[in-house]
Amino acid sequence: MEKSLLRLTTSGSVDDGKSTLIGRLLFETKCVYEDQLAAVHKASQKKGLAETDLALLLDGLAAEREQGITIDVAYRYFETPKRKFIIADCPGHEQYTRNMVTGASTAQLALILIDARNGVLTQSKRHGFLVSLLQIPHLVVAVNKMDLMDYREDVYNDIVAEYSAFSEKLDIHDITYIPVSALKGDNVVDKSPNMTWYQGFPLLKYLESVHVAADHNLVDFRFPVQYVIRPHLDFRGYAGRVSSGTVRVGEEIAVLPSGKTSRVRGVTTFDGELDEAFVTQSVVLSLEDEIDISRGDMIVRKNNLPEVGNRVEAIICWMSEEASSESTAYILKHTTKNTKAFISKINYKIDVNTLHREQAGNLTLNEIARVEIRTAQPLFFDAYDSNRATGSFILIDPHTNLTVAGGMIRSASRDLESVTAASLDQHIARKSSTNVTWQSLSTARRKREDRQGHRAAVLWLTGYSGSGKSTIAKALEKRLFDMGCSTMLLDGDNVRHGLCGDLGFSDRDRTENIRRVGEVAKLFFENGALAICTFISPFREDRDFVRGIMEPGRFFEVFVKCDLEVCKRRDPRGLYKKAAAGEIKQFTGIDSPYEEPVHPELTVETDLESADQIVESIIGALREKGILGG
Amino acid sequence: MQSHTVPYLKQLESESIHIMREVVAEFKNPVMLYSVGKDSSVMVRLAQKAFHPGRFPFPLMHVDTGYKFDEMYGFRDEFVKSIGARLIVHRNEEWIAKNTHPLSTGIDKCCSYLKTQALLEGIRSNGFDAAFGGARRDEEKSRAKERIFSLRDAFGQWDPKNQRPELWNLYNTRINEDQTVRVFPLSNWTEQDVWQYIKLENIPIVPIYYARTRKVIERNGIIIPLDNVPVAMGTDDENALKDLDIQEMSCRFRSLGCIPCTGAIPSEAKNIDDIIAEVAAARKSERENRVIDLTSDSSMEQKKKEGYF
Repeated sequence: MEKSLLRLTTSGSVDDGKSTLIGRLLFETKCVYEDQLAAVHKASQKKGLAETDLALLLDGLAAEREQGITIDVAYRYFETPKRKFIIADCPGHEQYTRNMVTGASTAQLALILIDARNGVLTQSKRHGFLVSLLQIPHLVVAVNKMDLMDYREDVYNDIVAEYSAFSEKLDIHDITYIPVSALKGDNVVDKSPNMTWYQGFPLLKYLESVHVAADHNLVDFRFPVQYVIRPHLDFRGYAGRVSSGTVRVGEEIAVLPSGKTSRVRGVTTFDGELDEAFVTQSVVLSLEDEIDISRGDMIVRKNNLPEVGNRVEAIICWMSEEASSESTAYILKHTTKNTKAFISKINYKIDVNTLHREQAGNLTLNEIARVEIRTAQPLFFDAYDSNRATGSFILIDPHTNLTVAGGMIRSASRDLESVTAASLDQHIARKSSTNVTWQSLSTARRKREDRQGHRAAVLWLTGYSGSGKSTIAKALEKRLFDMGCSTMLLDGDNVRHGLCGDLGFSDRDRTENIRRVGEVAKLFFENGALAICTFISPFREDRDFVRGIMEPGRFFEVFVKCDLEVCKRRDPRGLYKKAAAGEIKQFTGIDSPYEEPVHPELTVETDLESADQIVESIIGALREKGILGG
Repeated sequence: MQSHTVPYLKQLESESIHIMREVVAEFKNPVMLYSVGKDSSVMVRLAQKAFHPGRFPFPLMHVDTGYKFDEMYGFRDEFVKSIGARLIVHRNEEWIAKNTHPLSTGIDKCCSYLKTQALLEGIRSNGFDAAFGGARRDEEKSRAKERIFSLRDAFGQWDPKNQRPELWNLYNTRINEDQTVRVFPLSNWTEQDVWQYIKLENIPIVPIYYARTRKVIERNGIIIPLDNVPVAMGTDDENALKDLDIQEMSCRFRSLGCIPCTGAIPSEAKNIDDIIAEVAAARKSERENRVIDLTSDSSMEQKKKEGYF
């Protein structure tokens, strides 16, 4: 039989015997070497200890050995003829919640120790909560130090009863209790003669036999594209690791976000072509049709789609010394996709000891909270409890580049569910049918739109300073106003005086500037207006963010294109001159980049057409899309 | 019905491939550190797999001290040629010219100049932002604590107390200016796994991993072979071996380093199966013969803090 792999996590403090237990597992499976033991002897003597302290074996950092504490997750390896085990050994104190979450994130099984003398403590409950939160499929509760309680069955039964009552409140599917003495070796490797009343397996036997193959999601095929491999013109393959499910050669697939469909032509590996790729395998897929696919896209089955959306409800664990901020555009990494994201709302934080929910303005180190996340680009996701790989994400601080949070998606945000579903329909529909219905229109806006005779929309004019955005916007607003339309003009300079007066021109502030303007534009939109926004808005992700919060079909990105040299020559407010002289820093086109729109609704070229011509072409586009009547 | 259980070696393989592809997709200029040892051999095979049917899109870099075994240089050049990879050899010529040697300069200093400084300079001068290394967590206690993506500052230094959390398989690949990353795709492999995989995949390795009869001396409890006397002794003086107890024994190397600091182990293992059996029965760890780990209780952690890989 092939040897299998089990990843487990242990958490606890030195006092409950965790180190002794792990030390024993390593020792009994002959995974501790003599020279390592000798080093521990030496260290123990140096500390003036009478006996060799096996805990020292487990502490890897000098600071840990000196202070006798465990600071960070350590990974240990041992194996038996049946299985290879990877232990993520985590410190147990509350201040190390983030380390526990880290260790738990890859675990298939969690091992919690309870000291039989002390019974169920807050710490054991907190660890149980994290097991439930991270959806570790199996939990073993080892009731340790049974030797000190005369191996009494009633002591064990009381602890089991108390922990079972507590765990009913949690989402844990499989709990096994084992009475042990790590020190004496009872029920660790061999069945204890001192506890004949216990009918189950000893710990190691249980770890060897627990069935873990079924823990993977084999149903929902998800293949986030990692990298495109193109060794020569005849081969274009999509490298990735199957997150869940299986796919066979010849099966029909869909690609997100484009919604295009094709069939699997081949599953390529170094070791030859396969008929099928399944969960955890790293393979290269090739398709029958030439489709534009890049990293961050996801290949799925046409009839088994993940959810798609820019807003998700998630539980996050905050891992940074710096508190969370609702105005920071974090970088969210989900599968192989990176996108900007805001924590738009903290619903509540959870006291990890009492499980009580509390209100919170921000999150600090080790806090766990339910939040709403808004992303610039849509995510293709599943709920974490049905799919760990497509339901998890991390947040990265764009300034420090530190990983500040780990998140587990619960669901799409309720209020936008219909919209996100519709947006996917629309993507798929572009290729097939057009039976898309909008159900989430706010009634008030619809009534306004009916009364005023035109639809609401946001017209987003982006381009270099001096490209002519303001000129076009003013002419356009006048024209729309004359037509009797309800309009609103939001201009970069104007908002900089008031709404965004506190912001500078760093990348982060520019992002925040656009976020605020986007939200304001949406308010006018909800009021039925044609909101015209003129912002350089150099970053694609920022513009996509605004697009993301709008209803599909109502956001018009207008790329006001003009040769940069022409803009510099025009220089209506002398800004290029100042930037060139170094008086203004981070000026778009001088020392800060402009990312051109990829698929704008409209591109207008101010060095080729007159303002009037451009206004007419915009009006034409609005008519064509049904925003303006006949 | 087809079984969807993946054998553990294939799971480790798949995880390593995923890591390598993440690096290539998200870093600008990665490199693979190639030490010629067994772990490097496995790492190169995994890179071939990760980008098949294409070639792996990064060079190999050998940080050479000049003190490696002749068999290693021969194997290196042959192997790299056979797979069509690009090899960069980086040496700290300045300190090599000064005859830096563990016996005269001191073990820690020699390591610092010829390995750590050469590595940092090699990374810096080539503008690499990510470097794959073949280190494993089971090798050494500070490595057990290190992330798969190990962030290093401008001086290549590891800060063990400020490691980024590493969750699921979502690797944070973002770095600030001047920072680099060491990436360890074999983090979760053990010595046993590496040998099993070499056998399974029929991966070529340097012949000095196999036992043969060698002339050796014992120095501080370490068996030092005399294949290359001037390098082993740090002198061209023909009298260097005078008064030393030279023995002949069948031995092999369990892990490879520089001649003066790599001890051999008594062994009769002449093929992969022998080695696997020997490793399984071993009562001592792989690095017991690595002089550089033995200078203090925290020597590896200290070296890593200074930029060692």
